[in-house]
Amino acid sequence: MTIRSILVANRGEIAVRIIKAAKALGIRTVQVHSAADADMLAVKLADEAIDIGSPAPKKSYLNIEAVVNAAKAAGVDAVHPGYGFLSENADFADAVEAAGLIFIGPKGDAIRLLGDKVAARAVAAKAGVPTVPGSAGRLATIEEARGVAAKTGFPIMIKAAAGGGGRGIRIAADLADLERHFPQASAEALAAFGDGGLYLEKVITKARHVEVQILGDGQNFIHCFERECSLQRRRQKVWEEAPSFLLPAEVRAKLCDSAVALAREVAYRGAGTVEYLYDETTREFYFIEVNTRIQVEHPVTEMITGIDLVAEMIRVAGGAPLSIHQADVEAFGHAIECRINAEDPAKGFMPAPGTISRLVVPQGEGIRFDTMLYEGYTIPPFYDSLVGKLIVWAETREACLERLRHALSGLVIEGIPTTISLHLALAGDASVARGDFDTRFLERWLETEFAAKTGATAEVA
Amino acid sequence: MSKIEIRSPLPGTFYRASSPDVPPFKADGDSVASSDAIGLIEVMKTFQEVPAGVDGKNITFLVENEEPVMAGQVIAEVEA
Repeated sequence: MTIRSILVANRGEIAVRIIKAAKALGIRTVQVHSAADADMLAVKLADEAIDIGSPAPKKSYLNIEAVVNAAKAAGVDAVHPGYGFLSENADFADAVEAAGLIFIGPKGDAIRLLGDKVAARAVAAKAGVPTVPGSAGRLATIEEARGVAAKTGFPIMIKAAAGGGGRGIRIAADLADLERHFPQASAEALAAFGDGGLYLEKVITKARHVEVQILGDGQNFIHCFERECSLQRRRQKVWEEAPSFLLPAEVRAKLCDSAVALAREVAYRGAGTVEYLYDETTREFYFIEVNTRIQVEHPVTEMITGIDLVAEMIRVAGGAPLSIHQADVEAFGHAIECRINAEDPAKGFMPAPGTISRLVVPQGEGIRFDTMLYEGYTIPPFYDSLVGKLIVWAETREACLERLRHALSGLVIEGIPTTISLHLALAGDASVARGDFDTRFLERWLETEFAAKTGATAEVA
Repeated sequence: MSKIEIRSPLPGTFYRASSPDVPPFKADGDSVASSDAIGLIEVMKTFQEVPAGVDGKNITFLVENEEPVMAGQVIAEVEA
């Protein structure tokens, strides 16, 4: 059936993005919100808004019953989960379908399989995709974790089985670190995903984070090329690009094909991302995880391929076959996305909510700004610090960096500290210009180059 | 004997313990040293420890676990 109305089960900039995609398709939109989000932009843009509970995520955006009840009350055809919150919760997808509505994403079973990072490793191996050495399954106790670490050695990553998007991941440099981080990581995972289960993966010390965008309709599976997301701080992506411009063509082909093989293995439906670590020296790539949802950094793929990923996932969820064949997917030019966070780079990236007193968004060819900000908006402290994504496209990477510097200079957000200054420094950095970085580059660079430039302290005291 | 207020340095959600299945950092009536953590503030998904900031005894919490707090709000009081 064609979807005529959608409930947006998310907040922030992605809720705005979904509403815009839905409006372009002539679809009615209903926005749920917590008591702290009554004046957010998505509420103003949607045709209807429903208050689903108090500010704490588990009482509102993570409350399956409240969201499903809102969807039923609003009489919508479908629910779009965005990213984070319930987007990768299989029980939520099942609950939406049990209510007779369409979940815009994969089937609950596919989410359960791929969303459980431990099971996903097994699926990847079955599809012929190499995986990172680590625990064979979930770890019930710190004793088990000690045993795995004894085999793989340190440093080792403690990852949330229900995680994704870099949340709930900590690195333990030694046994003492492991003992200290393990309970905290479990608590964070429980708070963020409602599941405190953990597993371990050896740290591949020098690697790029490269990921492939996939689309499926349950029968046809395609990729929309890859993204380079190596610039990360505390496992959170800060800056993303498409394509991964230093990737050799034959590696790109193998990488993208492996992602499609994985999608086919689970008869994937919707938009998804297969994440890898890529070792430049050996030209080997290792599967990390599949994100069974739209990704924060999806716009860079949209900019180089011209495909509207959010619109495509809505169409496919409505039962339509993919509107694009693999042969139609072409990449042109280069795109970079800068995540603008309400954080103070001069104070160890301390998050700082507040009220927006002035907002100037740069305009021009190849410039896109996805945001939920408006002048007078007060950002609540209860959710993510992401306030916008500046995405810039140009015919070459060099021209893209030039245009990005110009766009960043024109972006004015007053009333809160933001990471714009960080991105300006990155956009003017020689190593970044050469593409000479790996997943650990940014934290080192922050402590040295960036600290020297700004007198900033790298960590929160 | 004077009361000293311990205020939240940040807006966010206040937690008495580092995770739901461990005891709180401090129980009502405990003594605290300046460097002791008395709770966590979750602000934009980041957990920050709240140090007592003062030496004192007989701490009284004025904010419940998992309650939203404003920056500068009094979380607890101790006796000097």
